Amino acid sequence: MSHESPIRLPLILGDKSIHQITEDVCRPVETKANKYWWIAFTIAAAALLWWVIAVCYTIGTGIGVWGLNKTVGWAWDITNFVWWVGIGHAGTLISAILLLFRQKWRLSINRAAEAMTIFAVICAATFILSHMGRPWVGYWPIPLANQFGSLWVNFNSPLVWDVFAISTYFSVSLVFWYTGLIPDFAVIRDRAKGAGNTTRYYIYKYLSFGWVGSAKNWQRFEEVSLVLAGISTPLVLSVHTIVSMDFATSLEPGWHTTIFPPYFVAGAIFSGFAMVQTLMIITRKVLGLEEYITIYHIDMMNRIILITGSIVGCAYITEFFIAWYSGVVFEKYAFINRAFGPYWWAYWSMMTCNVITPQLFWSKRLRESVVATFIISIFVNIGMWFERFVIIVTSLHRDYVPSSWTMYSPTWVEVGIFIGSLGLFFTCFLLFARTFPVIAMSELKTIVGSSSSQAKKKDQHHDHH
Amino acid sequence: MEKKYWKGVEELRNDAEFVRLKNSEFAEYLPIEAVGGKSSSEGSGHNRRDFLKFLGFSVAAATLASCEAPVKKTIPYLIKPEEITPGVANWYASTYFDGQDYCSVLVKTREGRPIKLEGNPSSSLTKGGTNARVQASVLGLYDSNRLRGPKLNKVNSTWDNVDKDIAEKLAVIKEKGGKIRILTSTIISPSLKASIAEFIAKYPTAKQVVYDACSHNAISLANNESFGKAVIPSYNFDKANIIVSFGADFLVNWLSPIESSRQYVKNRKLKEKKTMSRHYQFETTLTVTGSNADKRVALKPSEQALAAVALYNKIAGATGGTKVTDSVLEPKINEALEKAAKDLLANKGKSLVVAGSNDVNVQLVVNAINSMLESYGNTIDLDNYSNLYQGNDAEVNTLVSEMEKGEVQALFVYNSNPAYSLPNANVFKASMTKVGMKVSFAHCEDETAALCDYVCPDHHYLEAWTDAEPKKGLYSLGQPTIAPLFDTRSAIETFLKWSGNNADAHTYIQDNWKKNAYGQQNKVSSYESFWNTTLQEGVFEGTAASSGSYKAKDVSTAASNIGKYKNNNVELALYSKTGIANGAHANNPWLQELPDPITRICWDNYACISPRYAKELGLNQGDKVSLSVNGVKVEAPVVVQPGQAYKTVSIAVGYGRTNSGKAGNNVGVNVYPLASAKDNTISYSSYDLKIEKAAGTHELAATQTHHTMMGREIVRETTLDEYVKNPKAGNAPVLITTMEGKKRPDQVNFWEEHDKPNHKWGMAIDLNSCIGCGACVVSCNAENNVPVVGKDEIRRSREMHWIRIDRYYSSITEDPSDNKGMEVPEEEPEVVFQPLMCQHCNHAPCETVCPVAATTHSSEGLNQMAYNRCVGTRYCANNCPYKVRRFNWFKYSDNSQFDFNMNDDLGKMVLNPDVVVRSRGVMEKCTLCVQRIQSGKLDAKKESRRPVDGEIKSACAQACPTNAIIFGDLNDTSSEIAHMFKDERTYHMLEELDTQPSVFYHTKVRNSVESVNHNS
Repeated sequence: MSHESPIRLPLILGDKSIHQITEDVCRPVETKANKYWWIAFTIAAAALLWWVIAVCYTIGTGIGVWGLNKTVGWAWDITNFVWWVGIGHAGTLISAILLLFRQKWRLSINRAAEAMTIFAVICAATFILSHMGRPWVGYWPIPLANQFGSLWVNFNSPLVWDVFAISTYFSVSLVFWYTGLIPDFAVIRDRAKGAGNTTRYYIYKYLSFGWVGSAKNWQRFEEVSLVLAGISTPLVLSVHTIVSMDFATSLEPGWHTTIFPPYFVAGAIFSGFAMVQTLMIITRKVLGLEEYITIYHIDMMNRIILITGSIVGCAYITEFFIAWYSGVVFEKYAFINRAFGPYWWAYWSMMTCNVITPQLFWSKRLRESVVATFIISIFVNIGMWFERFVIIVTSLHRDYVPSSWTMYSPTWVEVGIFIGSLGLFFTCFLLFARTFPVIAMSELKTIVGSSSSQAKKKDQHHDHH
Repeated sequence: MEKKYWKGVEELRNDAEFVRLKNSEFAEYLPIEAVGGKSSSEGSGHNRRDFLKFLGFSVAAATLASCEAPVKKTIPYLIKPEEITPGVANWYASTYFDGQDYCSVLVKTREGRPIKLEGNPSSSLTKGGTNARVQASVLGLYDSNRLRGPKLNKVNSTWDNVDKDIAEKLAVIKEKGGKIRILTSTIISPSLKASIAEFIAKYPTAKQVVYDACSHNAISLANNESFGKAVIPSYNFDKANIIVSFGADFLVNWLSPIESSRQYVKNRKLKEKKTMSRHYQFETTLTVTGSNADKRVALKPSEQALAAVALYNKIAGATGGTKVTDSVLEPKINEALEKAAKDLLANKGKSLVVAGSNDVNVQLVVNAINSMLESYGNTIDLDNYSNLYQGNDAEVNTLVSEMEKGEVQALFVYNSNPAYSLPNANVFKASMTKVGMKVSFAHCEDETAALCDYVCPDHHYLEAWTDAEPKKGLYSLGQPTIAPLFDTRSAIETFLKWSGNNADAHTYIQDNWKKNAYGQQNKVSSYESFWNTTLQEGVFEGTAASSGSYKAKDVSTAASNIGKYKNNNVELALYSKTGIANGAHANNPWLQELPDPITRICWDNYACISPRYAKELGLNQGDKVSLSVNGVKVEAPVVVQPGQAYKTVSIAVGYGRTNSGKAGNNVGVNVYPLASAKDNTISYSSYDLKIEKAAGTHELAATQTHHTMMGREIVRETTLDEYVKNPKAGNAPVLITTMEGKKRPDQVNFWEEHDKPNHKWGMAIDLNSCIGCGACVVSCNAENNVPVVGKDEIRRSREMHWIRIDRYYSSITEDPSDNKGMEVPEEEPEVVFQPLMCQHCNHAPCETVCPVAATTHSSEGLNQMAYNRCVGTRYCANNCPYKVRRFNWFKYSDNSQFDFNMNDDLGKMVLNPDVVVRSRGVMEKCTLCVQRIQSGKLDAKKESRRPVDGEIKSACAQACPTNAIIFGDLNDTSSEIAHMFKDERTYHMLEELDTQPSVFYHTKVRNSVESVNHNS
């Protein structure tokens, strides 16, 4: 049992005993859903239905039902793809990098954040498929042994790198997440047996892979977690690096920039943490987990948002400087056009949301304000969407040859697919919140003795005597 | 003992046979090896198991077979026609004439279907050139709107019925001596003329009235007055060092554009010689011709006339001619006229002045100028005159008034559509009811045919025997390239039939030629071989008469008439567009989708207004305005058009058809009613136009929405002065700064070179020769099965054209850091055109990014596209700096959403079987006509030789009337393209990216009047 300085703020409030933690975390799984959950689920499922309709319409009729044209070949599709992939990054960072750095505060949020990663990557993957002209042959970019003759993928293409990056990312994240879930599933299983709920018992029996909680089990669990954290850590950096190469290795002015990999990774973590905040603030309220996801947690995440937001801001300014410094007319124009061209509003929305709003977190009061955090997290989510829109659309719509310059605007189908993907995400997340333990309780219990408010009190008591 | 029961007598008897059968009744062992005759113990070759096996196999086989794709039957020729080999094209020489353009053509047929037209190099007139309308005409053959046979009172009928009816009625009219009128377009076919003459001989009250929707009557009227020769002369732009044009768009529309453009460019090409003609254009509308001018002045239509008079005085002053009264003109006009006069005088006998106006006064003044400049006999040939545009506006007017009075008993309308295109079409339409018998020869039930009792559809020219004499002494033949698709009949035969002559067109033309053309030569001694040679060549050219010089008469009356034009009003200029022209081909979707070379707008006509005037009126692009002339009012959307003269409106005729067919109906607005009959001619301008803002806006469909080059070196340009001093002028090499100093882009790349051991196909585009006409675009559409996508898709910037002609205006500023200013075109800009297609980069950005390697590089320098490998990520299009890749957003064939030629069985007959029709979701682009390269290589291989330079031509290069596009093998050092590549004017577009295109350009050189280069 580790000891922690009493100066550090407790990570679990409300003098929780280990049993109380079990009760609190298992409650949503074991009780019936409330009205709010049903309302949220209905809205999410309706949006998901729109997604199904819009995607079917697109695949049935052609990409022409979107607003794309000869000059702007990507717009909302890839904007959404990058946005979703970026959001996923916070989950991996929390569960992998914070694990390696032994940041205990991750324990209250890592489960939900990882779930968010999984669902976000699923959403992103749908855009890879739906943006294709012929999604029915969407497996061709995968290097599968085939009988088509000498056909093979083009390993020079960043899109092939994407295929590897995203599929690796998804599979590692899924395994990491599931591994963590096994002891918690076992808890639910055991409680279900005690309560005599056979259905639940059998479901969680299979989900928990026969976990018995033996020392050997725990030892292996810890080892696997560490190994997977080791594998995941480079992925936090590599996935969005590769996504950024879709742009960086091209020769479009505004895309062809060496700054993209670090800038995209920072942006991904930035947007991911914003999404974690958005989700956690709602989850802790709805599921009554304020004592586990504390103001301290929110503050910590806001600090990360402040740091990554500042990095992103610096990147924006650097891009502008380099565009001027390069002396390349096309590059210069691309950036002037971003700020003052026909899509100026998208650029300034991005600048406001991503550069100005996170700077508010220099104030401790705002960092610790749930309301302010929620509002700013929404701003960041919007801003990061606009960042991708600005990069993709404003670069493409006016590139080298002015005769091809044109405008782009989305149709209801593209809007539908985006809103629908939010529907897909929230449907998954809401189902997750009702069926899976949203806090990694088994792991959280490891810090009850050191970092809970009870432990801190005990420490103080000891110090007095 | 146990009691025993037996089942039958056999068992009781229990003989040996019974025992044997009994033992094998329920055999435990089923002999499976007994298949195929190997006898089992019972002797039978097959047994139950085999049966089940066979049954199973058959069912499985039948099931599998029925899962296969539906069988498409390709039916082989039962008896193979002698001249048709499947997969091998046949070529026939023929003649295109639609009442407006003449072109000698070669028709490519595949399996008996004409699918492509090329210019006939044997013609001294068109010299292998074509234009957009000629290229598109093959689609007219497969127009689903064509009539399937003759019609009587809108009901399908038979030729026998119609002939009988008409003959009976004609007999009655003849008896009563009623007027019979044959309203035709210009007819240049000697045989058709002869057949009409036979008809008139039979019915002496008949009279032919020639009507051109876009009339040039004033020229012949003026020539009659000046020289006593009522003809349209031949103009020799190639012999002119100085060309001054008052509103004549001679490169694409005026008189004989294919001929003129080829002549014009001859003097603009810079190879060994370093001289160029200088071209002044004084015009209202920014035309293709004006865009190519070295000095262009925008002025009102009335000022065009006044400027002609002013030029007359300047020339007369210097040559000692009689001066006339002229008016004070704006300084900019005067200045330009001053310079033009100086240039003209210095090039007497080597200069040419032309005017597009249909005003006799203007043409008289221009005649006088040319006469003083000694143009007649040099640059103008009145003796070898043109037969085009024989329309007589006064006679047309007389006809309409005769009809109004109810005097016309029978009216035959051949190849014209007066109910649509007459300025007073309303009167014409109302008077039609007073005509006893109305007969039309139209291909489809157009506006006029709809008012006729009989429609006797003529063949499409590709189905018919025709002939033509476009210019005195120049003959050409047209032969059918396909059996008539429908129950139509050649107009020659129809006229002959009604005259009581049952000859067929073929024989009739042959006899006619025997009488006329055959005698004009003495090289071939038998008529049969003369006919065969001419048919093969397509043309027969007699010896030209010597061109005499002529002196014009005094023009003071004309000048004083012109003096009265001076006004302060808003003026209107009607013009015709490169694609749609007079509107006869409005139902041709290729032409509708051909972007106007200047505005880059398709599928519409619109009121062009200068930026300054638009600002004054508070009008923006797309706002609707109402235009009224003499109480006639039309509404049209505004296009803010740089180069348009201030306080003028230009709008194109040929739109607003109501009976043309699904593609052409209700596209734009009909502005023919704004024209007016004035002084015996139809006037296409008005000196008093009322313009008012109307309610609403209209979304125009443009393929180019940004109009300036933003200071980028997209089109490189210099002046002739600079070029003479330094051939590399305006073409400074692109250098990249590296740590080792400045380097050429190809010295700093890290790519491996592709091996091109055999051929290295390339394309050279001479920007000095390209006039921007768009013939290449339509040619490419026809060759490569490029789909038509329609107005809505163009509005969404989704045109599918593989080649486009970018048009840029000079900006109001030359300061590259002023981005906003750079975006704004000048009020009167300089214009450049640039054909752009896939550049076939040797370091292609598209190739590296395709995840599935659907676009790859060939060992002959081509960037190839494997459609059926494409998954449609569009990454290649995003990464293409030239933006030449086109994505199939929808399925464009067999889709009622895109109801153009690829949606009906008839229209699909035009498709080139050598080029696949692309499916939805795949990327496509220019292939440099790889199918032509392959077939050229095969032809050469069969003869064990290498392809000869010029043998293989891409569709765009072949269609080009000015030879601006040259295709060839860069590995062949003796090829034209290899020579061109070494020229100092050679540059690659966006060279700094080091994409190493196989397509290269030659800088544009302007013979500027101002010594300072304006644009660079």
